[in-house]
Amino acid sequence: MNKRELAHYSFMKSIPILCSYLFVSMAYGILMEESGFPWYDSLLVSLTVYTGAFQFVLTSLLSAGASVITIGLTACFMNSRQTFYSLTFADVFNRMGKRKPYMIHTMTDETYAVNCTLDLPEKERREVMFYVAVLARCYWMIGAVIGGVLGQLIPVSMDGIDFCMTALFVTIFVDQWEKAHCHFPAVAGLITGIVCLMIFGERSFILPALLVTSALLVVWNTRGEEEKS
Amino acid sequence: MTVYFILAVSASAVITFLLRALPFLLFHGDRKMPEWLARLGSVLPSAIMAVLIVYCLRGAKSDVTHTGVPGLIAVLLTAVIYRWKHQTLLSIFLGTAVYMMLIRVIA
Repeated sequence: MNKRELAHYSFMKSIPILCSYLFVSMAYGILMEESGFPWYDSLLVSLTVYTGAFQFVLTSLLSAGASVITIGLTACFMNSRQTFYSLTFADVFNRMGKRKPYMIHTMTDETYAVNCTLDLPEKERREVMFYVAVLARCYWMIGAVIGGVLGQLIPVSMDGIDFCMTALFVTIFVDQWEKAHCHFPAVAGLITGIVCLMIFGERSFILPALLVTSALLVVWNTRGEEEKS
Repeated sequence: MTVYFILAVSASAVITFLLRALPFLLFHGDRKMPEWLARLGSVLPSAIMAVLIVYCLRGAKSDVTHTGVPGLIAVLLTAVIYRWKHQTLLSIFLGTAVYMMLIRVIA
């Protein structure tokens, strides 16, 4: 493939990302606007943080005035999965020279999924991965800005738009539920969440809930290993 | 843009980048990721999603008409549509539309 064909191929591969990113990031921009953050705030977050689900939670933490420590730790928990994505492509990224930091920064659920489907010779595969990363990031930022501006223009109240975050989590949850062999992690997270909510209250339960869930899963994993051996 | 906003966003950006870069910083060549961490990584996402759904519905008890009833109905609807069609965008769109309608009707 020549450069033009590679670009075209990358764009075709990025179309599913285009649909979902424009939609979700527009909802994000509208939500930010509704919470009192103008479009350039959305653009700044989308440019620097660039991670789907956490940006929504960040909006709600910011408007609740959560401490920077809580925000940082929540980022740790929510984005830790991306550590495992990078791990998959560590060898490929190591051969990408100057583009490597950019590839690391732009590793998201969606680009990971598309990267997994690329069946190309090594050199072309690296090119396509880079193009898809650039395109996806553009879609995300464009959507956030459009959403922010739309949020200002739409005269009717968009109260309730924040539910799209909940809905996004529900679809990911169902998807993981269907793929999982064992539902203990999902059920443990649900019960721990509800118990911590009752103990610590609405404003401060998220951190204890995430900590207790992780601890439970580490213990559960170790016990599972012992039973096997 | 307040100092708080900039601090919070910078912290989020740095932490997110470091998490993505972690395998390159810590585990390369002969140094593999420890077994327990790799296993935690494979089961953590679904547990975290469950906690986040609880987080989204945290106001359900204190605000029954705005979050509780409409939220639970819309969550169930989103889950059912997703199980049925496996279309992320359709599920999010319909779930959110129904939620926005319900909070206007019930409240």
